[in-house]
Amino acid sequence: MTADDGPKCYSRFTNEWFCWQYVEDRREEILDATLEHLAITVAAVLLGLALAFPLALLARRYRRLQSTVLAVSTGIYTIPSLALFPLFLPFTGLSAATVVLGLALYALTVLVRSILDGLSSVPADVRESAVGLGYGPGRLLLRVELPLAVPVLMGGLRVATVSTVALTTVGALVSYGGLGNLIAHGVARDFRAELVTASVLCVLLALLLDAVVVLAQRLLTPWTRGAGA
Amino acid sequence: MNVLANAWEYLVDPASWSGGGGMLALLLEQLLLTVTALALAAAVGLPVALALGHLGRGGFLAVNISNIGRAVPTFALLALLVTADWPGTASFGPYGRAGLATLLALMLFALPPLVTGAYVAVREVPEEVREAARGMGMTGLQVFVRAELPLALPLVLSGVRLALVQVWATATIAALVAGPGLGRVITDGFAANDYGQGIAGAVVVAAVALTLELLAAGAQRLAARRLSDPAPRVDAHAG
Repeated sequence: MTADDGPKCYSRFTNEWFCWQYVEDRREEILDATLEHLAITVAAVLLGLALAFPLALLARRYRRLQSTVLAVSTGIYTIPSLALFPLFLPFTGLSAATVVLGLALYALTVLVRSILDGLSSVPADVRESAVGLGYGPGRLLLRVELPLAVPVLMGGLRVATVSTVALTTVGALVSYGGLGNLIAHGVARDFRAELVTASVLCVLLALLLDAVVVLAQRLLTPWTRGAGA
Repeated sequence: MNVLANAWEYLVDPASWSGGGGMLALLLEQLLLTVTALALAAAVGLPVALALGHLGRGGFLAVNISNIGRAVPTFALLALLVTADWPGTASFGPYGRAGLATLLALMLFALPPLVTGAYVAVREVPEEVREAARGMGMTGLQVFVRAELPLALPLVLSGVRLALVQVWATATIAALVAGPGLGRVITDGFAANDYGQGIAGAVVVAAVALTLELLAAGAQRLAARRLSDPAPRVDAHAG
């Protein structure tokens, strides 16, 4: 495992689990896979958010829609990721869009629920006093309700982000799985160093993005600092 | 939309359902895997989670392990288990090739939602109930069995129900490492550029997932009706 005995830890005869030489030799390939993973995850979560907001607002506005939206979003969650990608295939083909769309749908189901929960966690008297101060519906939503909903909403965003990072690996089915491509290749070739490296990077990426969401939450809700600790 | 026509053809062709590698056999294989993995996870996770909930300790641990568990891709876990010397890709009775690796990966996957759900369920039992039960002279174990457990059970069951559908859905991923289950129809279809078959497999997997969800919801409602008798009695006694 020392650096000076060459690429021995992943030769045809040795198949070590941890091999730094592999990371050095394939640095570019690993970097590309990580960036693809990151891009797919971020695109899926952002698309999910963009779709979840109007849906949640509609569901809140029309009570009857709410149960339908929640039922449909739970229904989507029962469709396995490996099954979801083929279902998109006739429309998007073998492309990154297939993975992004599928994952956005999953993120959407978690997010709609947490946006609704977040908005309903705003105390009624706060809402009433804002209306009493002359806030219109738009300003009420943007200046009062959304900021107060941030903690609950961010909880949902954390779950959505972390599970999207994990699910992106399944995109290897259509060859757009980021680090999942390396994992699939590692299984096919029985290449342990590649497997471990890609798996560890996956977990690190999830923890990193989770930390980014937590940081964003702290920046967005300065008033909770100190009170919580 | 040629692919959709192909998918339909594959679905209505009796040949694709019958035989050793047929969809019916794969479906049963995956169902067996799902139920076993869930039962194992429940046997290991529920007692621990319920005990932690009763003691009111270790909540930080329960929730954080669950979050880290979510961050570990099941595909990666499965790949590592299959590539390792043990359990590897050996066949495992009716669970098929790579069966033990798949079983372990699914069990680990099912643990976090079960543990968090059960822990939260016990913690959410109102403190007054607990105190009243203690005030009546119940021992710690009696408080748990007679007061906490009946009140927590509906939430524990809904955690199990959620885990059931998630494990079924995730079991499909086993096919990515040539493992057992219906995912094989999907991956084989992709490998052969027969996307119709891939879509057909996806439809069957999704249909079974929805059926499981509906069945579990029905079972839960039935259990709730059975349970709604003793629960208020405990409440009345306690209050």
